Amino acid sequence: MSLTITLATMRRILAQLRHDHRTLGLLIGVPSLLMILLRYVFDRPGAFDRVGPMLLGLFPFVIMFIVTSVGTLRERTGGTLERLMTMPLGKLDLLLGYALAFGLVALAQVGVVLAISLTWLGLDLNGSVGSLVLVAVLDALLGMALGLFASAFARTEFQAVQFMPAFVLPQALLCGLIMPRGQMAGWLEAVSDVLPLSYAVDAMQEVSREPGFTGALARDVGIIAGCTLLALVLGAATLRRRTG
Amino acid sequence: MMSSSPAVSVRDLLVERGGRPVLHGVTFEAPRGSVVGLLGPSGCGKTTLMRCLVGVQTVKGGAVSVLGEPAGSPGLRRRVGYSTQSPAVYADLSVGENLRYFASVLGAPRGDADRVVEEVGLGRHRDQIAATLSGGQLSRANLAVALLGAPELLVLDEPTVGLDPVLRQELWELFRELAERGATLVVSSHVMDEAGRTDRLLLMREGRVLSDSTPASLRASTGADDLEEAFLQVISQRAGSPT
Ligand SMILES: Nc1ncnc2c1ncn2[C@@H]1O[C@H](COP(=O)(O)OP(=O)(O)OP(=O)(O)O)[C@@H](O)[C@H]1O
Ligand SMILES: [Mg+2]
Repeated sequence: MSLTITLATMRRILAQLRHDHRTLGLLIGVPSLLMILLRYVFDRPGAFDRVGPMLLGLFPFVIMFIVTSVGTLRERTGGTLERLMTMPLGKLDLLLGYALAFGLVALAQVGVVLAISLTWLGLDLNGSVGSLVLVAVLDALLGMALGLFASAFARTEFQAVQFMPAFVLPQALLCGLIMPRGQMAGWLEAVSDVLPLSYAVDAMQEVSREPGFTGALARDVGIIAGCTLLALVLGAATLRRRTG
Repeated sequence: MMSSSPAVSVRDLLVERGGRPVLHGVTFEAPRGSVVGLLGPSGCGKTTLMRCLVGVQTVKGGAVSVLGEPAGSPGLRRRVGYSTQSPAVYADLSVGENLRYFASVLGAPRGDADRVVEEVGLGRHRDQIAATLSGGQLSRANLAVALLGAPELLVLDEPTVGLDPVLRQELWELFRELAERGATLVVSSHVMDEAGRTDRLLLMREGRVLSDSTPASLRASTGADDLEEAFLQVISQRAGSPT
């Protein structure tokens, strides 16, 4: 792996986004809009304080999943991946290039939503803004890594888009957003225990409730980071230099 | 001697794609500094053979050696340039951005992107988004990527398809110039009048090499002046002979 190639790949992905104003606008604008909607749907400060941070963890996850799975599928079908595979680019260079580029986008995305939430929408946070940003960016990277992995199983962009409900919605249902995980049937809770999004949402709840960087939060952060690495390794295994 | 060993040496190459045999024991060599043409009807396996040379095709059997190493070796990734049949560039980036990205992946010198963009005659379109290029311009942008970093072997899959005679002429002059500087070129084509510009000519059909010779000796052995005619004769001779 090479730092020059990783950074060049990051710059290339950011340049692609820069040319695509609409996607960039959607990436930044949609989560903010949803947050504003949510605030006025609840219209009770307590409920918004509880659900808001969880969604701050969910949005970057979902959006990065879609953007990355479609983006890498385009590299596969457009032949650019094959071209890169004939060049001295390591698989890790490509994956880390994606991770860095989308990590930066996630930072901007979370920054804007958070700024709007804390000022205009009056979100009340017990924990620090720093830990919230950390967890949100990690969630984004987790979504990105799973998206990279999922794209290996899609042949067309239609399929890739369908993976969003297939990979993400079950996790969203079971992660404790709709029903606290402790109140679910035992087998459902067991399933939710092995789904990474559960820990993403758990971490966000921790940040919104507890003022310090608690042990539970550290555990969640570790699990999210571990799942992200695992998905990246699995994603790397799906990138083949030689194909049929 | 390193310099006298062939740039490409393929022996008994077997490839299956989608469960069907596509190359049935292809054998040929490309001497260093030569331009080798790869001709044959659609679906005969030209692209598959080229994918083997650059090491992205899974092969069933046989040996492919490129610049003295097995095809696809990490050491070859800077020394071999490949331009795919369907353009493989980022449609949402400009020509210059595409070239600068691939140049930094290859570790090519600064200014290489500017050099190749002029070589393929796209200087005026440097800042144009690839998706808005015409078909011929896009295929030249695709070719430019293969020229980055001055590779020793260039594998070019139908680089002149869809171009007008003037541009084709210019590109073949460029290929000749590159070969004179010592590069080896393997170029596939459908156009028979281009075949006469090669040093060696490989005629393929249904995954086999029908003839491997120079354009002049192909004309002589078939008694046909026209290479298209010669190609048709080779095919009918083979069809007539028992296997
Ligand atoms: N991904 C694939 N899966 C299965 N079969 C394939 C695949 N790609 C190519 N083939 C088959 O392999 C054979 C050789 O294809 P190839 O692309 O090498 O032909 P070609 O000589 O380059 O043709 P053309 O001149 O039309 O580009 C064809 O019969 C084709 O249908
Ligand atoms: Mg072809």
